[in-house]
Amino acid sequence: MERKTKLTAEENKHDILITREFDLPLELLFKAYEESEIVAQWMGTKVLKLENKKHGGWQFETSDPSGNVVFRANGVIHDFVPNEKIIRTFEMENSPFPAQLEFLEFEKITDDSSKLTMHIVYKSVELRNEMLKSPFAQGINMAHNRLEEIVKNLK
Amino acid sequence: MTSLYLQSNNCTMEIRRDVFQAIADPTRRAILSLVALQAMTPGTIAENFDSSRQTISKHIQILNECELLHQTQNGREIYYQLNPQKMKEIDNFIEPFRKMWEDRFNKLEAIMKNYKK
Repeated sequence: MERKTKLTAEENKHDILITREFDLPLELLFKAYEESEIVAQWMGTKVLKLENKKHGGWQFETSDPSGNVVFRANGVIHDFVPNEKIIRTFEMENSPFPAQLEFLEFEKITDDSSKLTMHIVYKSVELRNEMLKSPFAQGINMAHNRLEEIVKNLK
Repeated sequence: MTSLYLQSNNCTMEIRRDVFQAIADPTRRAILSLVALQAMTPGTIAENFDSSRQTISKHIQILNECELLHQTQNGREIYYQLNPQKMKEIDNFIEPFRKMWEDRFNKLEAIMKNYKK
């Protein structure tokens, strides 16, 4: 499958850009962000709160199969314009990462396709890089250090 | 919602060709670090772990499927060694992050296709 999701992370910058084109009308794409039950489905999380308005708040919670909460995040909705944009903050609870700022823009391409642009701003370049690495870092520990050296030597 | 749902270190035994899944498992990472130093037989690799030889053999199989290992035959014995070229691919650390979002967006798209305007 072709890569529909593009990620841009320039060196020494503290933001990233994620873009994705959907085979969905703009209204349906936005609805997936607007309705708690749908958000819960595709994000795979429980939506405790989702107030889609200026100064509204949101909170998500994820549990493992045995019911233990493994993840909780929250933020504030800064701006909410249906079928156009959402500006919000994101903060992972009980983590060393401070809040990040997210600008989501929704655009119509054709009647049946649409585009989402997510611009995420982090507090620092270091924190951005840590965050980018997190799904990867999960798979890496001291065992990797040795491997990393081997990889470096290939360059 | 960036870093939610980091994949857990589950030790699934099914064969995956996704190299990132392959290295997500701690035992498999330990195996990689062993064979990074020298070519080893499955038996010698297994001696380094408490798990059964059969379990280790399955881990080796997964790593092999993902082309993370080079295989050489020496008489009766098969030796495994790290395939550094493949490890270099993994060096592109942004890819798992992109893929995490790709997976979510694919799901979103699939769900919304069932909705009427």
